[in-house]
Amino acid sequence: MSGNPFALWVYLSQTPLLWLTVTLLVYAITDAVSQATHRHPLANPVLHAMWIIAAFLLLTGTSYTTYFGGAQFVHFLLGPATVALAVPLYENRKVVISAILPMIAALVVGCATAIVSVVLLAEAAGLPRTVVLSLAPKSVTAGVAMGVSESLGADPSLTAVAVVLTGIMGAIIVTPLMNRMGITDFRARGFAVGLASHGIGTARAFQVDAVAGVFAGIAMSLNALVTSLLVPLLVR
Amino acid sequence: MIASLSLVLLCQLAGEVFVRGLGVPMPGPVVGLVLLLLLLLARDRFAVLARGPLRQDGVEPVAKNMLAHLSLLFVPAGVGVVQKLDLVAEHGFVIFAILAVSVVITLLVTVVTFLIASRLMARGQGAP
Repeated sequence: MSGNPFALWVYLSQTPLLWLTVTLLVYAITDAVSQATHRHPLANPVLHAMWIIAAFLLLTGTSYTTYFGGAQFVHFLLGPATVALAVPLYENRKVVISAILPMIAALVVGCATAIVSVVLLAEAAGLPRTVVLSLAPKSVTAGVAMGVSESLGADPSLTAVAVVLTGIMGAIIVTPLMNRMGITDFRARGFAVGLASHGIGTARAFQVDAVAGVFAGIAMSLNALVTSLLVPLLVR
Repeated sequence: MIASLSLVLLCQLAGEVFVRGLGVPMPGPVVGLVLLLLLLLARDRFAVLARGPLRQDGVEPVAKNMLAHLSLLFVPAGVGVVQKLDLVAEHGFVIFAILAVSVVITLLVTVVTFLIASRLMARGQGAP
C-alpha cells in the first residue's frame, strides 16, 4: 500500500464497484429511515437517496458517466422488473377481471390527462420545445419514457429526471390527497397512483395496501403500453 | 432461482425481438410481461408446462422479491439530475411546479373516472 490515500481514491472512483456500493448503501439507509418513520410520505427513500448521491458526486467532482458505470447494474433491472409485474397480475386475475371496465376507462382518460396536462402547462409557461417534449411521457416507467422521448427527438436524460420527480411527487401526495377526498376504494387509489407515478407510485401503493399495490402495478404496465402509443399522436 | 431469473430475462428478450423485429412502437419489457402472464395462465391449463421455473412457486417468489425493491431501481435515473444543473438553474422551479400540478390532476381524474365507471357498471348489473 502506498502512503498516498489520494491514489487509492483515484483508482476506486473509476471502478463500478464503488458506485454500485454507494447506490445500494445509500438506498439501504434511506429505506431504513423510511421504515423507522412508518413509511411517512416525506421520508420517500428514492427522493433522499437521489439528492444524497447527487451531492456526493458534485462534491467529489465525479461525472455521471463514471457513476453510471456502477449504477447501470441497478438501472438494468427496470426491464426485468416490468416483466415481473406479470406475477401479481396473474395472482390477482379474478379481482382484475371483475374490474376490467373501470380500469379501461380510467386508463384511457388518465393517460391522456397525464400527457395533455403537462404539455399544455409547459407550453403556457413558455418552456423550450425540447423541454416540453421531454416532459410529455413523464408518467410512465423510466425505460419506456426514455424510449418515447428518444423517438420524439427530445432529451431522454431530462425525461428520466422528470419521470423520477413525477414518481416521487405522486408517491408523496397520493395518501393525503385520497384521504382528504374521502376515497376508500383501494383499487381506484392504487390504479390512480400507478398510472400517474409508475414504479415509485406502485412501490408506495404496496406499502399502504396489497390490493392497491396490485392495481398500481397493472396501471403502470398498461400505461406504459398506452403512453407509448398515445404520445406520438397527441404531441406534434 | 437461476432458472426463474432466466425465464424473466427470456420473456424480456422475446419481447425485444418481437418489438424490434416487427417495428411495433411498444416497449419490449411490456410485451415480455404479457408473455410471462400467458405462460402462467397456460400452465394452469396444461400440466405439461408446470415444471422448472413454471412449477407452482417457481418464478413467483423471484418476481415478488424483485418488485419488493422496485423503487431502488429508479435511483440511478434520478441521480441523472446532476447532468441537468444548468437547466435546473434556468427552469427548475417552473418544471417542478408543472410536474406537481400535472400529477395531482392526473391522480384526481384517474381516480374519479375509475369510481364513476365502477358505479355505472354496478348499476348496470343490478338492473339487468
